[in-house]
Amino acid sequence: MKKGYQAILLTWMFVLLSGMNLQAQNAKLQGTVSNNQGETLIGATVLFQGTARGSVTNVDGQYLIDAIEPGTYKIVYSFLGNTSKIETVTFTAGQPLTKDIVLESDAMMLKEAVVVGYGTSKKEDLTGSTVVVTSKDFGKGNITTPEQLVSGKVSGIQITSNDGAPGSGSSIRIRGGTSINASNDPLIVIDGVPLDNGTISGAGNPLSLINPQDIESFVILKDASAAAIYGSRGANGVILITTKRGKAGSKDVIVNLQTSYSISEIVQYADVLSADEYRDVINQYGTNTQINRLGTESTDWQKEIYQRGTILENNLSFSGGLQNLPYRVSIGYKSEEGILKRSKLDRTSLGMNFNPSLFDDKLKIEINTKFAYTKNFFPDRGAIGGAVSFDPTKPVFRDDLFVVGGEETTYGGYYEWTNTAGALNNLAGKNPVGLLNQRDDESRVNRFIGNIKLDYEIPLIEALHAVLNLGTDAASSNGFVQVPAEAASQFAQKGQNTVYEQKKENKLLEFYLNYNKDLETFESNLDLTGGYSYQRWNNFSPAQPSVNALNDTITPAGIPALSENALISFYGRLKYDMFGKYLITATIRNDGSSRFSPDNRWGLFPSVAVAWRISEENIFKDSDVLSYLKMRAGYGITGQQDIFNDYPYIANYNTSSSTAQYQFGGNFYTLLRPDGYDSNIKWEETTSINGGLDFGFVNDRIFGSIDVYKKETNDLLAVVDVVAGTNFTNEILTNVGSMENTGIELELSFVPVDTKNVDFTFGVNVTSNQNKVTKLSKVANPDSPGILVGGISGGIGNNVQIHSVGHPVFSFFVYEQVYDDNGKPVQGEFVDRNGDDIINEKDRYIYEKPSPDLFAGFYTNFRYKKWSTGFNIRAEFDRYIYNNVNSNRGNFQSVGTSSLSNLNQNFLETEFLNTSVEQYLSDYYVEKANFFRMDYLNLSYNFGKLLKNTLDITLGVNVNNVFVISDYSGIDPEVVGGIDNNIFPRPRVYSLSLNVTL
Amino acid sequence: MSNTMKTMNLRYFALCLSLIMIFNTCTKDLDLLPAYGLNSATVYENPDNYINVLAKLYAGLAVSGNQGPAGNPDIAGIDEGFSQYTRVMWNLQELPTDEAVCGWTDVGIPELNTMTWTSSNSFVKAGYSRIFFQITLCNEFIRETSEAKLDDRGFTDAQKSTITAMRNEARFLRALSYWHAIDLFGTVPFVTEEDGIGSYFPEQISRTDLFNYVTGELLSIENSLATPKSNDYGRADRGAVWILLAKLYLNSEVYTGVPRYTEAANYANKINTSVYGLSTEYRFLFLADNDEAPATNEIIFPIRFDAMNTQTWGGGTFFVHAFLGNDTQTPAEFGVNGGWAGYRAKQAFSMLFPDTIDTRNMFQREGHQQLVEELGTWEHGYANAKYRNVTKTGALPIGADPSGNHVNTDFPMFRLADSYLIYAESAVRGAGDMGLAINYFNAIRERGYGDNSHNVSSLTLTDIINERARELHWEGHRRTDLIRFGLYTSSAYVWEYKGNVPEGTGIPNYLKLYPLSVDDIIANPNLTQNPGY
Repeated sequence: MKKGYQAILLTWMFVLLSGMNLQAQNAKLQGTVSNNQGETLIGATVLFQGTARGSVTNVDGQYLIDAIEPGTYKIVYSFLGNTSKIETVTFTAGQPLTKDIVLESDAMMLKEAVVVGYGTSKKEDLTGSTVVVTSKDFGKGNITTPEQLVSGKVSGIQITSNDGAPGSGSSIRIRGGTSINASNDPLIVIDGVPLDNGTISGAGNPLSLINPQDIESFVILKDASAAAIYGSRGANGVILITTKRGKAGSKDVIVNLQTSYSISEIVQYADVLSADEYRDVINQYGTNTQINRLGTESTDWQKEIYQRGTILENNLSFSGGLQNLPYRVSIGYKSEEGILKRSKLDRTSLGMNFNPSLFDDKLKIEINTKFAYTKNFFPDRGAIGGAVSFDPTKPVFRDDLFVVGGEETTYGGYYEWTNTAGALNNLAGKNPVGLLNQRDDESRVNRFIGNIKLDYEIPLIEALHAVLNLGTDAASSNGFVQVPAEAASQFAQKGQNTVYEQKKENKLLEFYLNYNKDLETFESNLDLTGGYSYQRWNNFSPAQPSVNALNDTITPAGIPALSENALISFYGRLKYDMFGKYLITATIRNDGSSRFSPDNRWGLFPSVAVAWRISEENIFKDSDVLSYLKMRAGYGITGQQDIFNDYPYIANYNTSSSTAQYQFGGNFYTLLRPDGYDSNIKWEETTSINGGLDFGFVNDRIFGSIDVYKKETNDLLAVVDVVAGTNFTNEILTNVGSMENTGIELELSFVPVDTKNVDFTFGVNVTSNQNKVTKLSKVANPDSPGILVGGISGGIGNNVQIHSVGHPVFSFFVYEQVYDDNGKPVQGEFVDRNGDDIINEKDRYIYEKPSPDLFAGFYTNFRYKKWSTGFNIRAEFDRYIYNNVNSNRGNFQSVGTSSLSNLNQNFLETEFLNTSVEQYLSDYYVEKANFFRMDYLNLSYNFGKLLKNTLDITLGVNVNNVFVISDYSGIDPEVVGGIDNNIFPRPRVYSLSLNVTL
Repeated sequence: MSNTMKTMNLRYFALCLSLIMIFNTCTKDLDLLPAYGLNSATVYENPDNYINVLAKLYAGLAVSGNQGPAGNPDIAGIDEGFSQYTRVMWNLQELPTDEAVCGWTDVGIPELNTMTWTSSNSFVKAGYSRIFFQITLCNEFIRETSEAKLDDRGFTDAQKSTITAMRNEARFLRALSYWHAIDLFGTVPFVTEEDGIGSYFPEQISRTDLFNYVTGELLSIENSLATPKSNDYGRADRGAVWILLAKLYLNSEVYTGVPRYTEAANYANKINTSVYGLSTEYRFLFLADNDEAPATNEIIFPIRFDAMNTQTWGGGTFFVHAFLGNDTQTPAEFGVNGGWAGYRAKQAFSMLFPDTIDTRNMFQREGHQQLVEELGTWEHGYANAKYRNVTKTGALPIGADPSGNHVNTDFPMFRLADSYLIYAESAVRGAGDMGLAINYFNAIRERGYGDNSHNVSSLTLTDIINERARELHWEGHRRTDLIRFGLYTSSAYVWEYKGNVPEGTGIPNYLKLYPLSVDDIIANPNLTQNPGY
C-alpha cells in the first residue's frame, strides 16, 4: 500500500512542478539517481538550474520530467549528503532522454546546515574557525560523558578526563586556556540553551547527566569571530551540542536498541615496595623502634582496594515522522562500576524531541527535552593514597578488642595503628579497606534540560523569520555521607551522618528576527539577525548541621546559600555572500551582567570575518583536483564573566558560622566581618585574530584546514596583593593581568576508498599552542617571581607552580637538584643559582610546564564488506608533570615517627633518608611526560539487513584506553593540572555491544 | 472572520506577548544583591549589629576566619591554621629564641628556627597581613562609630554611649596591633580611620612616630574604658591599657632610643596595686578552666577559645596539640585526641631551671634528650606540657569537643606576673623602688615554688631576664625581652641553631627587625624595606 500512496503523491508533484503545459508533446527527461555505493537515492531532486521546476526521485530512485520545451538547459541533481551534479542537456522535440546519474558523497557535508549561534549556516559559508563533528565520527566504546565523544578528533581542542572514576568530568581547553582565576571552560550550549558549567553537588561532572547516545553533533566555535556572538561568555570558545531528532517525511517508526556489556580493569598499579622489600628497607635504615613495629603479613593494599568493574548500558530510541510531527524518544540506562571498590554510577536518561511544523511550514516548532536521574556512589578516595602508603606488613583485618574512653571497640574489625593504650594513633594513616567499606557516600541528582523554539515565517514580509526560544536547565540533588561511629576515620567525633541538598535553575528567554534574502541583481545573499536574550541563574543550598553517627550535632547549621545572577543581551549578525565566493560576517553583542557594578556591567563584543571561496572562482570551478579552497580571516572580542562569584563588587559583611563566635563574659556573639572587595571588578576580555585556509582535493577525498591564531586576554583576573591597610584582606581578585596564546592548527582527513565493499577514512590533527603571561600586577616588579600556585601534598603550604610574566601559566617553580657523578640526585643539595651561599626561595627557577606545546590526534575507520574497525591515537608533547607520589613517598622520613608508612620504589633509586621543603620542590620530581595514547580500538560486524530489510544488526567489540606510551614514571601521564598525587586510575575497558535497528 | 484574519490576529497577539515579556524582563533585573547577608550600607543601621562587628575585632586575635575551625579565611596565601594571629605571633616571638624549636618542614618554619628568613617568609608575611587586617577592620569600625555618624543614624543616648564604649575598645585593639607592628617590623605603613578602602598608597611611619601615636591613643582612652575587671571577661578594660602602656614604655629604649622605665614602673604599679592577684597555682593559668578564678584574678587580657564555638587550628588548639607528643605523653591527659609533635624546648632554655621543684618547670623529659642536635627530631629537646585542655582536677571541661580537636584553654596574653616583673626590671634599671621590686619578684618565686625557700634578697638584670624565661616562657614574650637585654643578636648568649649553626653563634643586628612583607614592598612604592633585607 505504501508504494501506491507514494505513486499518487509523486504524480501530483509532477503535475504541480511541470506547470500547466501538459498538452504539447514536448521532450522528456528520465533516469535514475544513485550514489557511488550503487544504491539508488530516494527523494533526490532534479531541478532546472535557477528554477523550482523539476522532479523528485521515487522509491526506486527514478525520476521523470515531462513537457520540456526544446532547448539547452542545465539540470541540477542533488541529494543531501552528496555533492550536486550539473548536467548540460539539449532537448529536441519529441525525443525522450535518459540520464542515469551517480552522485558522489559529500563526505564533508559542506552544504549541510550547521547550527551557529542564533541561526544556521551552510558549512561552506562559514567564515570563522568552526568544526563540526557528527555522530558517525564519534569515539566508540564505553563513553559515559559527552565530551569524550570528540576527544582527539578536532585540532585546537585538548580534552583530558579528570580521572578514571565513573562519570568523572573532563577538562576541555579550546586553544589554550585564557584565564588563571576565572573559568577556562568553553560555553556549552545544548539545543540552544547555554548551560551553567558550574558543579552540582552530588554529581562529579555536570555533563555526565547528559546521555552521549542522544547527541547528534558537536559544533565547536573556536575563534572569536565565531564565538563573539556569545559575548561575555565566548572567550574560551563555544560548543554547540545538538541532540538527535526524528526525520521529517519518514513514515516508519525507526526503533534502535543498543545494548552493551563491559568490563573495566586497572591498567597499572603504583610502584610501592612489597612487604619483603619493605622489611629489608626498615631493617637496613630504621631505628629499633621502627623495626619492632614491623608486622609479619604480606598485604598488597592496592589489590585489596581495586576490583574489576562491570558496566551495563542499554539505550532504546524510537523516531519517526508521524504526519507532520517528527519525533524522537529515547530511554537510556547505564550502570557503571568503577575499578575502585564501592564506586558506582547509575544513570537513567529520557529524551524527547518533537519538531512539528505547522501552517504550511510557516511555523516550525522544536521541543527538546532531556532528563536524567543519576545515582552516584562515591568511594572514599583517601583509600587510593592510603593503599600506596599503608604498611604492607600488616593484615587487612584484626579482631582485637580495645577499650578506649571506657568503651570497647574493634574499629570495625580493621587493622588500625593504635598506641599502647589502644587509642587510635591520629597521625597514622587509616586502613584503606576500612576507609572504603566504612563510608557510604551517595547522591541522587535529577537534571532537566529543555527548550521550546518557535520559528515563524512572518507573512507579508518576505524572507523575515521571528524566532522565540524559551529554555530551562534545572537540577536538584541530594546526598548523604555516613560513617559508623567505630570507624577509625571519624572515631573521635563518633562517625558521620551528614546530608546535603542543592537546587540549581537556569531560565532562558531569547527572541530574534532573521532576514535572509537572495539579492538576484547582485547575485548575493544578505542575512541579517538581531535579537535579545535574557538568562537568569540561581543556586540554592539549605544550611545543614554536621552530625555524627549517633546524631549528635558536631557543628550547627550555618546560614543557607543562595546565589543568583542575570544576563541581559542584545546581539546582531550581518552576513553577506557575494556571488557565492566572497563572504563577510559581522556580529556584535552587548552584554549586561548582574555580577558587576552598574558602572562596569555592560560590554560590547564585536567581531568581523571575511572569507573567499577560491574554489568557486572560474579558474578553479571545474577543476578535478581542487574541489574546495576557502581562505578565511577573522577578528573578534569575547569576554569571560564566569568568575565563580555572583556578587564580587559588593562590600559584603560576612556572618560567621556558629563555630566561629567570640565570648564576652558568659555570652557568645557571631562575628560580622567585612570582606575584601574590588568595586570596579569586571569581566576578562580576549581579543583574537584568526586566519585560516580550508581545502579539499579530489572531490573532498582529501580535506583539511590550517588555522593560525593569536588570542590576547586583558583585564585578566588575578589575585594580587593588596596594599596593606587599604582593603579588608591581604589578597583580592582584581583585573590586572594579560596573557596571550598563539598557535597553529592543522587538520586533515582522507577518504582514500569509498566503495560498496570497502571504506577507508583516516584523519589527523595537530595543534601547537604557546601560552604566555604578559602582565600580572599593576606595578611591574622585576624582583617578584610571580603568583605561587599548585599546592602539593607534603608539608603545608608548599606550592610548586607559578604564574610569572614571560612564562606559560602554571609553570613549575623549583630548586635545581644537584646530582652525583653517577647521575643520582644528592639529597638536600641544590644549585645556588644566585651565588649568595644560601639556598632559599631566591634560588628557585622556572622549569617547564604541564601544558603541551604540541598535541595531535589520529583516527581511522576501515570497513571491508560487513566488517568495520577503527581506532584513535592521541599524543601530547613537550609537557611535564610533578610526581608528588615520588616526592611524598620516596624518602625514608615519610616512614613516619609514630607508625610505619610504606615507601615508593623511587626510594630505592634515590635513597633519600630525609626530606625538606626544598627537596619537595626539587626539579628532580618534575618529569617529562610526552605520551601516545590509543583511546579506543573497535571491531564490529554488521549482519546487514535481515528479516526482509527491516532489521539491521551490528555486533561490536571495543577496548577503551588500549595503551599509553610515555616517558613519565608514574601510572598515567595525563594529569589535569600537572601535579600527580594519586589520581583515581583510568581503567582499561573491554566492551561487547549489540546495535539493532528496526 | 476569515482564516487569514484569524491567523493574523493570532500572530499579532503572539508578537505583542513576546514584546511584553521582553520589556518586563528589563534591565532592573541586573541589580541583584545577596539574599542572605549584610553589606556595608545596611550593617550599621541596626544598633544590634555593632556588638557583632566588635566581636570580629576581638576574634581576629582568636580565630582564623569566619568559619570555625577553617573554611572562610581572613587572609590568604598561607594555610589557614598557620595564619591565625596568636599562632603567627607566637612563632615569630618564640622560634628564633632560646625557648623553642619546631621540627616540621612546613614552608616558613625552618627559617624561623635558624634565623635565615627573607622578606618572603610565609610567617613574616602572615604576621604582617594579620596586623594590617586587624588595623583595617578597626579603622572601619572606628570610622563608622564616630559621633557624627551615630548622630546621623538617630540612635538614642544610651545606644550611643554603648557604641562609643565599643569604639574605645576598638582603639585599644588597633593600638595593640600597632604595638606588635612596632615590635616586629619597626616602621610600617600608617593608616587610621581617616583612610578608607580603595586604591592608594599609605605612607610609611617612623618607629618613634608610631610609638608616639600608639601611646597617645592609649593615654586618650585610658580613663574612658571600664575599670579593671568590670567589663565582660574577654573585653578590654583599663587594666589592659595599663599593661600595654607598661610594655611600650619598658621597650621604649629599643623602639625610640629614649628609655622610659619610670613610666613603665608607673603603669606597672597601677596594675600591681589594683584588683589583680596571682593565681594560686601556676598551672591553673594554662588549663581549660583558665576563664575562672583563680586564673582570672591574674589574667589582665585573655584571648578566649571555646571548643564548640571559637574553633581554630591556631590559638588554643595549636598550643595544646603542637607541643604534645604521642609516644611518652598521653593525649587524654591533655584533653585532646593526639599530639602534633612539633615544638620542643632548646637546652639553652631548659637549662635555666635549676631544679624540678619549681612548678613552672613542666618539661616532659621521658623520651627526650635535652640537647637539640637535629631540628627535625621530636626527641631532641624536652617537650613542654604547659598548655592543657583539662580542668584543675584533670577532667575534660564542660562543653569539650567530642572529636578531641578543639580546646577551651584561653591564651593569657597579659597577666599580673608580667607586670610584677616589669616593675622589678624598671627598679633594677633605676626607675622604681627596689624593695617593692624584690617583693614582687619573691611573690612570683613563692607562687612557683609553693614556699619562700627560693626567695631572693637582691636582683640583677640577669636575674630578671632569666626569671622572665622561667615565668613567662612560651607566652610570646621572649624575642622582645632578649632584644631589650641585648642578647638576641649578640654572641654573648647563644642557643642551638642560633644563626643556623648547631652550637649557636652571634648574628647580624639587622635581624632584630623582621623584614616588611615583600608583597607590600612591591605593591606600595612608598615603602622602604628594613636594612639588611
